Amino acid sequence: MRYLLILMLSLLPVFAHAGEAKDMAEDPVLEQRMIGLAEKLRCLVCQNESLASSHAELAEDLRREVREQMQKGMTDQEIIDYLVSRYGDFVLYDPPVKTSTLVLWYGPFALLLIGAGVLVYQLRKRRSQIAEPQISAEDSRRAAELLDQTNSPEELNKKDRQA
Amino acid sequence: MMRFILPFVVFVVLAVFLFVGLNLNPREVPSPLVGKSAPAFTLPQLHEPAKQFSPADMKGQVWLLNVWASWCVSCKEEHPVLMELSRRNMVPIYGLDYKDKQADAELWLKKGGDPYVLSVADAEGRIGIDYGVYGVPETYVIDKQGVIQYKQIGPVTPQSLTEKILPLVAELQAK
Repeated sequence: MRYLLILMLSLLPVFAHAGEAKDMAEDPVLEQRMIGLAEKLRCLVCQNESLASSHAELAEDLRREVREQMQKGMTDQEIIDYLVSRYGDFVLYDPPVKTSTLVLWYGPFALLLIGAGVLVYQLRKRRSQIAEPQISAEDSRRAAELLDQTNSPEELNKKDRQA
Repeated sequence: MMRFILPFVVFVVLAVFLFVGLNLNPREVPSPLVGKSAPAFTLPQLHEPAKQFSPADMKGQVWLLNVWASWCVSCKEEHPVLMELSRRNMVPIYGLDYKDKQADAELWLKKGGDPYVLSVADAEGRIGIDYGVYGVPETYVIDKQGVIQYKQIGPVTPQSLTEKILPLVAELQAK
């Protein structure tokens, strides 16, 4: 009895099969193309997920829509245009350059230029403000004397021994 | 003096931008369909599936297309507002029953009342995609020429009715 049970259980994997990815098996090439396109598109419901990775129902429907349009022979650009005409530029992860997105695209560079300009201006101003200090003859003589003392190795050794 | 004024001005500009940003709703994606013709469809009516409805039937009238579903939580909040609006008889409301089961939808309308002239069933959500629906409920104001003039994302509230939808409807009806 026990052996029969073991035999039955060992046969179980033969009948088991993966139930998911039903629509993927149909045409792997098309599915790959669909996923590639869906990765560039944003899911409207969970806004920081791509259409490819989202499990929202709407995302599933949109993937179906993309798949069907691909089967109809539409190009990627035509499908993107269709989705943009329905959901706006929001579906694109890569916003197009338009008058309304100029600030988005070029704003950072403008800020960088302004920053660099301010930096150069400030540095120039500072250079003119910090004048070379005037040293009296007495001070420079003392400075030279001190530098002389500390720089000669014998002097340093002598100091070390004293300490 | 200048060294205080400039940072202050920058601060104020930033603060204004951030404050406005705080009050924006990122869930509200402006519809590119506003100002465009309402996408055509022909769908079976919810109560009489043998009969069909198409937006083309509404030419010459200002009407509302309300996307709803029995599974939609915010629709519960919106429902009494639509009931009140339909009682006032100011503008016909048509329902697009989005990704719903017929039995559930009919039960919902029986329980809460039916504010719609009629509803059509979009069981697979295909028309929803055509209309750019991404969160139920949504409501479209469509003019006599069949052009979408406004899209309300989320539930219609008494405030949105008095401030936006009804004035717009009156203006469109007068045209």
